[in-house]
Amino acid sequence: MLTISGEIDASSSIDLDQAIARCLTESKNDLLIDCTALNYISSAGLGVFMSYVEEFKNRQSRMIIFGLNPRVAHTFSLLGLSDLLTVAENRTEAEKILNEA
Amino acid sequence: MKRRHTIACSLSNLKGVRDFIRESISEQVTNNITSEDVVLALDEMCSNLMIHAHQCNPDHTIELMLDTTNPNCLVVEITDDGNAFDINAFREPELNNLVNEKRKGGLGIRLVKSIMDSIEYFERNGAKVCRLTKKIQ
Repeated sequence: MLTISGEIDASSSIDLDQAIARCLTESKNDLLIDCTALNYISSAGLGVFMSYVEEFKNRQSRMIIFGLNPRVAHTFSLLGLSDLLTVAENRTEAEKILNEA
Repeated sequence: MKRRHTIACSLSNLKGVRDFIRESISEQVTNNITSEDVVLALDEMCSNLMIHAHQCNPDHTIELMLDTTNPNCLVVEITDDGNAFDINAFREPELNNLVNEKRKGGLGIRLVKSIMDSIEYFERNGAKVCRLTKKIQ
């Protein structure tokens, strides 16, 4: 599981990119991303998530994002990303989605 | 009231830009969602300019001006002497194309256009100005 916190903007999105890339290198398993402590995300961070959708699909594994606060969830909704990214309410729901898959 | 902020073109300054915007509009924009939408849109505009017009050169600057005089409309001007980056001329990529091509960029302009009510460009004293407006409910 990957935990991200604070603010993800064009400056810090490279850290998110490297962290997901590292998870992909270290494991072929599904990836849960805990965003409970994420306070802000700009398009640069959203773009990082989007850029890995195909990668996870090709590996037949899943990336599930959970714990978005209302502000961050609103940013996701502005772009209508819910059809492309798997977003769960909390960790329990995220694990349930994995177990159902 | 008009407030101005001169920003060196380094992405590490974006956090300070967001703080300046939040503080400047806090009295005019009381709806938290609207306020954070504006912060997001202007973060996107500034980062686009820093990256595409100034190649993140910290010796270059852009100026942000927030005019909160009209209680029903926030007016923002971003003044820049770099290469024009007119987002109205930029066609946003389809979301599915971003996924297929594993592209990380292209979402910011979609966000700005969905949040702000108008975006126009003009020249003033030889500098390029982008004026954005947001109606306040």
